[in-house]
Amino acid sequence: MRFSLKHLLLLVGLGVLVVAPLGQGNYIVYMLCSWLIFSIAAMGLNLTLGYAGQISLAQASFMAIGAYTTALLTLAGWHWVVAMPIGLVLCFVVGLALGFPALRVRGHFLAFVTLAFNTLVFLVARNEDWLTGGTYGKFGMPRPDFGIVSTDSQLNFYYFTLIVFVIAAALMWGIVRSPWGRAFRALRENPIRAESLGIDTRRLTLLAFAIGSVYGGLAGSLVSPLVQFIEPGSFAVIHSLRILLMVVVGGAGFFYGPMLGAAVVILLPEVLRFTEGYYLILYATLVIVLMVFCPSGLIGVGSRIRDKLWSRTRDRGDLKQGAQL
Amino acid sequence: MSQFAQVLLSGLSTGSIYALAAIGFTLIWQAAQTVNFAQGEFVMLPAFFVLVAINFLGMPLWLALLFGLLMAVLVLGLLFKKLIVEPMLPKTGLPLIIATMALSILLKESVKEFYGAEAQPFPDILPQQTMNLAGAVISVQDILNLVISITAVVALTLFLNRTITGRSMQATAQNPAVATILGIDTKRMVLYTFLINAGLAALASFLISPLYLAKFSNGETLGVVAFIAAIVGGFNQIRGAIAGGLLIGVLDNLTATYITAEYRAALPLVLLILIILWRPQGLLGTDEGRQV
Repeated sequence: MRFSLKHLLLLVGLGVLVVAPLGQGNYIVYMLCSWLIFSIAAMGLNLTLGYAGQISLAQASFMAIGAYTTALLTLAGWHWVVAMPIGLVLCFVVGLALGFPALRVRGHFLAFVTLAFNTLVFLVARNEDWLTGGTYGKFGMPRPDFGIVSTDSQLNFYYFTLIVFVIAAALMWGIVRSPWGRAFRALRENPIRAESLGIDTRRLTLLAFAIGSVYGGLAGSLVSPLVQFIEPGSFAVIHSLRILLMVVVGGAGFFYGPMLGAAVVILLPEVLRFTEGYYLILYATLVIVLMVFCPSGLIGVGSRIRDKLWSRTRDRGDLKQGAQL
Repeated sequence: MSQFAQVLLSGLSTGSIYALAAIGFTLIWQAAQTVNFAQGEFVMLPAFFVLVAINFLGMPLWLALLFGLLMAVLVLGLLFKKLIVEPMLPKTGLPLIIATMALSILLKESVKEFYGAEAQPFPDILPQQTMNLAGAVISVQDILNLVISITAVVALTLFLNRTITGRSMQATAQNPAVATILGIDTKRMVLYTFLINAGLAALASFLISPLYLAKFSNGETLGVVAFIAAIVGGFNQIRGAIAGGLLIGVLDNLTATYITAEYRAALPLVLLILIILWRPQGLLGTDEGRQV
């Protein structure tokens, strides 16, 4: 493999992520952790939405499934490393089931079905006290202990999250580059043509949902040891919309889109906090302006400027990055 | 039995208000092929225009209502169309949906910041008496809500079907290109649609705020319910939205009274999933056909 500018940038980026929390207060490290975690969830949605073109507004409900499974099992004394995969398997199965409506309906209708599913998960989490603790939620989940290193300190937990994030991102990179990734994009660009080319669109649609959901579950299983307190409100529809916002603001269908989007959605309100009550107002206005002037998201702005400066050949629809949704 | 009649009537009454908001959904859908995620906030906001008019501008109630209606049409109709929707046409899709989500945050937070976070009492517009009918206590307000909403819907349907402007609007919704060829000013027709949506939202706001108080977060539930009503009834039909609204209102009240209050919000959702899977075009809707 040739060592190029891209690899250098990747190494610099990783270096920055390693150095970023050093010497920072607990709160900033906490924010960085939640940025990494939401990046994972948004990466999953980016696969479902940005690459495969299936809109899903239920990502927060998969975070809920992952978070509650991990919380219940770790509270019962299981190790996180054992509890997490069980949550992921559960998410895979439920994600597969949620993919079935996508075989029948597309576009906005799919958005409604997934939205309704998210609300149902929220209601179950709120009402089934015996399992989920109801509105009081679950608290005091232990952080994973790896013998030599414990992740009890905020900084150690950050590095633990970073490692999980890097593994998840690398896997996603692999998926996107694999024949599956190409087939997902074919499904997004033109499902009927994809089918006529011999792609099993049925299986792919279900897979897009299932894999995207697993990423949601992974994010959830990191949330519960990070916050050490989960309640149904953290997984309500509004959070699914936030994750969708991350994907679209960053740039749907771009590999780095969700990470950038998560940074904007999570860190920007913190930066704007000095404006006190007005920060959500400012934030919403910025999002509207961005959507009106650059619907393909922040990465889209960058590549648009690049295309202006350096002319280049046009990419085929299923090869190019970024989705026109 | 008398309890059943009461529950049914109040269900129909709130359902008819949901229907007003749901019709707005279908109108915007037809005009711009988009879903307005801020629809709930569109119903929340006009009540605050009225409160501002009464408390800060010292207007009498009737003038304040008129002021609220005008402001709603101006801000939620004209400005929404000109500043957000129009620059994004003709490519709408997801970015416009995200923009309306952001708009809903913007409206909610602005009301919270500039007016107040507490629920505000809203003056009663309609008489508060109750009637005794064959053992059932029936509230006049419920009946009048139902009557006013139905009248508004009938008037809208007549306008859309019997006047030249209305028919031009329908033509624009069905096929903008052909409508332009036939000499219809499609841009203006789309604008009318947005103005009507804002007007309906304002009416829904004035009817529902005396029941639930005016609060910045009212839009959250209202939006979702109106949404479901529009889907259940059929997204491209006005009468579908009415049927959907009434159905949701009645079912909601019946479940809360007779089955379970905890899962009250779940029933419309289950209904929604079933209907989308079984009849994606809605109960009364017509098939839109898929595009290749």
